[in-house]
Amino acid sequence: MPTPFGKETYLYWYEIMLLLRKFEEKAGQLYGMQKIRGFCHLYIGQEAIAAGMMTAIRDDDNVITAYRDHGLAIAKGITANACMAELYGKATGCSKGKGGSMHFFSKEKRFFGGHGIVGGQIGLGAGIAFAEQYQNTDRATICYFGDGAARQGMLHEVFNMAVLWQLPIVFICENNHYAMGTSVERTSKVLDIYRLADAYDMPGDSVDGMSCEEVHKGIDRAVRRAREKGGPTFLEIKTYRYRGHSMSDPAKYRTKEELEEYKEKDPINQVLKMILDSKWATQEDIDLINEKVKTEVEESVKFAEESPLPDDSELYKDIYTDENYPYITD
Amino acid sequence: MRTIPLRQALREAMEEEMRRDNSVFLMGEEVAQYNGAYKVSQGMLDEFGDKRIIDTPISELGFTAIGVGAAMNNTRPIIEFMTWNFAELALDQIVNHAAKILSMSGGQFSCPIVFRGPNGSAGQLGAQHSQAFENWYANVPGLKVISTMNPYDAKGLLKSAIRDNDPVVFMESEIAYGEMAEVPEEEYLIPIGKADVKRNGTDVTIVSYNKMMKVAMTAAEELAKENISAEVIDLRTIRPLDWQTIAESVKKTNRLVIVEEQWPFGSVSSEITYRIQKEVFDYLDAPILRICSADTNMHYASNLVAAHIPDVPRTVKLVKEVLYMKK
Repeated sequence: MPTPFGKETYLYWYEIMLLLRKFEEKAGQLYGMQKIRGFCHLYIGQEAIAAGMMTAIRDDDNVITAYRDHGLAIAKGITANACMAELYGKATGCSKGKGGSMHFFSKEKRFFGGHGIVGGQIGLGAGIAFAEQYQNTDRATICYFGDGAARQGMLHEVFNMAVLWQLPIVFICENNHYAMGTSVERTSKVLDIYRLADAYDMPGDSVDGMSCEEVHKGIDRAVRRAREKGGPTFLEIKTYRYRGHSMSDPAKYRTKEELEEYKEKDPINQVLKMILDSKWATQEDIDLINEKVKTEVEESVKFAEESPLPDDSELYKDIYTDENYPYITD
Repeated sequence: MRTIPLRQALREAMEEEMRRDNSVFLMGEEVAQYNGAYKVSQGMLDEFGDKRIIDTPISELGFTAIGVGAAMNNTRPIIEFMTWNFAELALDQIVNHAAKILSMSGGQFSCPIVFRGPNGSAGQLGAQHSQAFENWYANVPGLKVISTMNPYDAKGLLKSAIRDNDPVVFMESEIAYGEMAEVPEEEYLIPIGKADVKRNGTDVTIVSYNKMMKVAMTAAEELAKENISAEVIDLRTIRPLDWQTIAESVKKTNRLVIVEEQWPFGSVSSEITYRIQKEVFDYLDAPILRICSADTNMHYASNLVAAHIPDVPRTVKLVKEVLYMKK
């Protein structure tokens, strides 16, 4: 298959996707060991979206997503150490141990969070883009949500205003086919979610989320449009989560065959095959990457284990910027 | 000194802050071309243009979220609600998002935003347009809550709210936008979190805020005719609550009556009552009494509206009760 992408791109895609996969597998294990608590939503299966996005955007573009945020956060540049420490609730976490799995943030990396109210971040993303437009920058904002959030009123209000004001934003619905346990088919008669954009005269498109190439192309077009003051775009990226909605979900609402069908299209395998077929790397080179990723994940666990919990005094910090706020303590 | 109405005081606060800081903008329904549903933003479109004075569709949840997102990204939005009753549609963004961004991000992303608009009853507007929500928002860590109809206080407090680095809920009053008061031409700020003694007295303390201050002040005048000296405190800020000013007054008067437009359950008066009994119990010579709105929905009929909202005769009666006077 001819491709406009070169060796460097594929090697990047392979390594970042493998890192996300291995990080999440480890997080799943640690959750089982009760090292990680709270709600925990794994990104396994959806890695091509994060990888394809990263080669299509600039470092200073903005990303915001929902609670299934580990993959996008790491891809955007938050270290595995800071992410794992956050899962452990440690002071060295990317949100100082105050966010947890669902609330990864990095101001430095322009990662505007992991958000826990379904669809809430659709409006925040538009606001982040509004602020870029207001400040006359050419930054694009990539705003993710799931197929479940596509049924929130927020989407409709915000799509309307985003087009009205030509906001520099790319809305991405990561359609993994299930809003928790409810299939897309059971939530609406409109199964082509990207067509919701039609109602607001927003360009919309459907993208194969198991393909880094297709994700890159889709986001690249949309980001260019945003940067060139062409307004918002809506991409429905069709993907699949191999695991349940969260750690407590055995995913009994879907068939094994359906899962296997997607696993056959696994983006990591696809990218690896391309690399090896094109002789861009030897098996030894790949082994080295595998080892590097394994070490990075292991080190993140060590880092998280050895990091301190937040100081008890942190209870009354970061609620207000004013450090002298008179909290009621009795 | 010149006298101006509340709506002008609010407008001047926004105009001055917008001239001072380009990152401040005003967004809401009818704020620009219509010049504001209650003419608070009259003329602002002409001065600042449509980039900074932004009309929205009727999408409270959506435009509030856009404000919160913009506040996370180096701007200082003022979000106007036509009434706080409509802000209920955006409660998720105020409570679940604006109030939590700073802490969820471990202090990385602040949310300097002002949510403002009229609150409480305003005539025979029926059940859905007559509610007072101060205690709802005051319950939420991460928010600050201001409620005032006094033009002088409103201007100074709104300027402070716009400069504040945290989300501020700012509550006005529809029927008070024409309320006149002396407001100096010179710039001034009033700090958030400070109550103000509006009338000095020795026999009883009356605490109130926003338009119930009128009831409290008129009641104090009525009481004065009977040689009862009431001290009247305007909270101005609900959260953080300046209970110290109340406590100091109670140490002097030994009696406290609270007049507010909230529903009674878990109201601002509930919180004040807890705090004052705990801090200055030994100074109290009578139980703290309060008058709230009726624990019902607002009806339309004029007599039922009057019976719903605190008034002067009932406030006077409560004061006499804490003074153990014959009714």
